[in-house]
Amino acid sequence: MSNVNIYDSRADAAIPAESPLAFSYHRSGAPAAGAASRVVLRERPFLGHLILRGGAIVLDEAVRDELGMNLPGRPQGLVLDASGERSIQWLSPDEWLLIVPGGEEFALEGRLRERLGDASFAIVNVSGGQTLLELEGDAVPELLMKSVIYDAHPQHFPVGKGVTTVFAKTTTILRRPDESRWELVIRRSFADYCYRWLLDAGEEYAIGVVAA
Amino acid sequence: MFQIYCPYCEELREEEEFHPKGEAHIARPLDPEACSDEEWGDYLFFRDNPRGVHHELWVHAVGCRKFFNITRHTVSYEILETYRMGEQPTITAESVSGDLAGRESAATARQEGVRA
Repeated sequence: MSNVNIYDSRADAAIPAESPLAFSYHRSGAPAAGAASRVVLRERPFLGHLILRGGAIVLDEAVRDELGMNLPGRPQGLVLDASGERSIQWLSPDEWLLIVPGGEEFALEGRLRERLGDASFAIVNVSGGQTLLELEGDAVPELLMKSVIYDAHPQHFPVGKGVTTVFAKTTTILRRPDESRWELVIRRSFADYCYRWLLDAGEEYAIGVVAA
Repeated sequence: MFQIYCPYCEELREEEEFHPKGEAHIARPLDPEACSDEEWGDYLFFRDNPRGVHHELWVHAVGCRKFFNITRHTVSYEILETYRMGEQPTITAESVSGDLAGRESAATARQEGVRA
């Protein structure tokens, strides 16, 4: 195992954690989701986000042994495990984003490092730097068409695809884990901006927010 | 707006996601210590500015963040091909001088017409 010093960045449970959108809910409000809502926004804060870099073959082997999922080999690939809680997304030919339920990432990073041994790789825990927003409803593609430069038409964006692209004036990772849900991985420092953009863009679809 | 084919993402993406990084295929002198000032100055500062086919280095800045090469026509702005780092272009100024010459002279005539 490589002699990298890793530490658990998650604070003890005794310290209350605030979601990246806590202040935004307070200041911009959170319209309640109702029967008329064609878009429902849900935040999934405090997940474990790991960036894996290295050769596809060694990483694929380690991830398959550890999590039972294949590393997406094709560009724009997104793979979920059976429970739908863990996902791996292709970001670049030597880079993948692994998202696991909050609290798992530290132990998982250690186990992956153990398995990868002396191979050439890098694992970075970016959980604190980004957050995940989930959009659900029939008007989501329409909302995305106003917000991202990538073609978000369902025909062009099948389930199991994820791209890094421009969202409003910032960047996002846009992904589609299943037929009804779309996910946005956004930077924590831009979370308020993205949230307010989504509220504004979603107003005509009576967007509703389910606060975390 | 350009639609640029990223050879790593393997699909067409908006120009907004990319950034140009200047001329491609500039090799660093193998032995910098042995270079004359002129050779080193050429390597650092001097770039081609051709009228016609040009090879450029671009980066998919919002996306896979990989560098790759674009062969672009500087008169028509047409992107002739994109290829990965380390590969050689299949389209060069020599290979297209025949079939693009007509198109270029037409473009020149149009420009001059505008100016006149």
